[in-house]
Amino acid sequence: MQFDPNLIPTTLDLVHLTLAVVVAFLTLLAIVLGLLWAKASKKTPSNVEPVPNIMPAPVLRAAPEEGALVFLSLLQQEARFIDFVEEDLSHHADADIGAAARVVHAGCQKLFRQHLELKSIRSEAEGSAIALPRGFDASSIRLSGHVVGEAPFKGVLVHPGWRAESIRLPTIGERHDVRILAPAEVEL
Amino acid sequence: MTEPRFAVGIDLGTTNSVVSSVRLDTAPTEKVFVELLPIPQLTGPGTVESRHQLPSFQYQAHQEEIDEAEVVLPWNSKPLVIIGEWARMLGSKTPIRLVGSAKSWLSHQAVNRRSAILPPQAPEDVPRISPLDASTAYLRHLHDAWNHAHPEAPLIDQKVVLTVPASFDPAARDLTVEAAEAAGLPRPVLLEEPQAAFYSWLEASDGRWRESIRPGEVILVVDVGGGTTDFSLIAVGEAAGLLTLERVAIGDHILLGGDNMDLALAYGLRTKLEAEGRRLESWQVLALTYACREAKEALLLDAALNEVAIVVPSRGTSLMGGLLRTRLTQEEVTGALVEGFFPSLDLHQVEWVHHARTGLTTLGLPYAQDPRITAHLALFLRRQLEALKGAQEVLEPFKGGHFVQPTAVLLNGGIFRSERLRQKLLVVLNEWLLKDAAAPARLLEGVDLDLAVARGAAYYGWVRQGPGVRIRSGTAAAYYVGVESSMPAVPGFPAPLEALCIAPFGMEEGTEAALPPVEFGVVVGEPVRFRFFTSKVRRDDEVGTRLDWWPLGDLEALADIEVVLPVEAFRPGDIVPVHLVARVTEVGRLELEAVATTGGHRWKVAFEVRGDPGAQTARP
Repeated sequence: MQFDPNLIPTTLDLVHLTLAVVVAFLTLLAIVLGLLWAKASKKTPSNVEPVPNIMPAPVLRAAPEEGALVFLSLLQQEARFIDFVEEDLSHHADADIGAAARVVHAGCQKLFRQHLELKSIRSEAEGSAIALPRGFDASSIRLSGHVVGEAPFKGVLVHPGWRAESIRLPTIGERHDVRILAPAEVEL
Repeated sequence: MTEPRFAVGIDLGTTNSVVSSVRLDTAPTEKVFVELLPIPQLTGPGTVESRHQLPSFQYQAHQEEIDEAEVVLPWNSKPLVIIGEWARMLGSKTPIRLVGSAKSWLSHQAVNRRSAILPPQAPEDVPRISPLDASTAYLRHLHDAWNHAHPEAPLIDQKVVLTVPASFDPAARDLTVEAAEAAGLPRPVLLEEPQAAFYSWLEASDGRWRESIRPGEVILVVDVGGGTTDFSLIAVGEAAGLLTLERVAIGDHILLGGDNMDLALAYGLRTKLEAEGRRLESWQVLALTYACREAKEALLLDAALNEVAIVVPSRGTSLMGGLLRTRLTQEEVTGALVEGFFPSLDLHQVEWVHHARTGLTTLGLPYAQDPRITAHLALFLRRQLEALKGAQEVLEPFKGGHFVQPTAVLLNGGIFRSERLRQKLLVVLNEWLLKDAAAPARLLEGVDLDLAVARGAAYYGWVRQGPGVRIRSGTAAAYYVGVESSMPAVPGFPAPLEALCIAPFGMEEGTEAALPPVEFGVVVGEPVRFRFFTSKVRRDDEVGTRLDWWPLGDLEALADIEVVLPVEAFRPGDIVPVHLVARVTEVGRLELEAVATTGGHRWKVAFEVRGDPGAQTARP
């Protein structure tokens, strides 16, 4: 098929304007309906029929809230993490902050050892020269600085990265309220 | 019942319990894989996590204290009790409701171990349970965890090996078996913990143990748990060109362990803080103890570390307001632990302290008065020399010298993760050996210091089928009943007591002792009690030996034993003459029976008597 750019109208007539408005309206309607439908059938949002002639909307998912709250509660329990973050440090001497940091650090470390298996993404020493071949995994390696040209890239490893090889979160009871990060304590 | 598929080892510990398993179809030529069971347990309200260790604690929650929806387990939406990590944590803030150290109570002869006495210091309205109930509850949790993980191979069908301290008396062993049976583990095989650690060493050596020990050697096993210290001696022999192993001696029950060390450090720091004018509340002392445990491990593992900061934050939201800050130094740890618990000392200067049997009203556990583990070891080696000299086949380490001279040492227990404590114990022992002109002993390495007992137990369950070497181990003590001697009564003095040997030292599994020549008249239908004694050092007494005198410390009084003749066979009130006869079952349990002199009827003699102070004492 031949395509002649000269045939595209340079000015908008009423018919085309109306058509454009109709297309826009229909698209909007399709998106709204799609969203509503997705909401109605919450568990299978990926089943939304692709709307013809437009780019599919990006699939975004909410990071699971429950897991985050459970982990936060563990951080508080083991490391007094919330207490530390919520405290106003301006009234305290560095020595006291340092001492408290030890508590937080030791607790976090214990928690990590128990629940996470962490590994560096790159095994090379920090600061060493490193070559990235064509097709390197851009999600696990972030380029910065003078990012021009084509792979292979040569650079310096600034941070070797972290990958969670595994995470073991506790299982929770059906009626357990994960929003209670730390119960209030009352000594009798 | 289906064929067993696993040998399951259960280490029911004073502070932590562990379960491991070996597939029974592992061929003798194959590498043995010992697997640890992840044990799901509550770690917070409504929160369940799996750990390899189940803290042996039960929390007696107040009915208003915890929403019952928060008490869940993977296999039970409404468990009756809170056991494990969460129980330990709750108990650290409310100690009056925490049941702990049930195992030590199970071996405490001065209390009725079936009566609800735990927690001992609880106020009136806290529900109490017996040491037996607590042990049953822990075992039931382990049983349920296993069945949850292995629905295809329920524990009831597996070969279960349960470990006990070598120094557990027959009553404590019986109660352990009773707890296991109540928890759904029928007929468990009992294994002494130091032996289990040694089996774990055999397993870990991957068959190379034959190259590292030689016939004629004596291996000392030192097992220091959270709350107890246990010694055993294992002799290496040779028969038909193959190495043989025999457990030749065990030590006394010593209530002294890693927890004492943490306390010692915490009290030291408290003194230091109080000297600075700080007043410590009880929760701070407890938090200090926990902090000391971590700091102690760091300092013991790294001798180059000069000090570790200790911080106890406030309980409120402000970490820094009212924060306690101090430091634990390398010198303090060395002073308190290395010199406090493992001091160098003259083997001959240690005196044996006789602990008289305490009264029935005792509330606390009979903790060791002397914290020096090396002193307890010195006594053990000295006393056992005399005892072992009499053995039929005298091994080199028992000849000459002033104590049993071990050639190798196997250490077990978390405290020995510290290279310095390992070395210190060896140094002290080698000083004694040097003085006695004997070669220095070496350390046997390679066991997992926290999990060896459970691992060794599972390995032993597999070995019992026949594929590997077994440690020969008869009963490690002789047993006696008290007999009032027939002498004219002297006003003001009780009739002197003689001890009649009914079970000699070293009875093997599946054997029965001879009938002792003494008859007792037992009244039908009435409980009749006997004084009961044991000796870990008298090896030459035979059935029927009557002692009217013994050196202090040779005999140790155990809780009374009791027999009731049922009325069915006789008329109530009849007096039936019986003999007391001992036998050791196939799984290594000592059993006593009363055998009627005529007719041969047999009745079981109970080791742990139910509370009934009115029972009459037997007379010959």
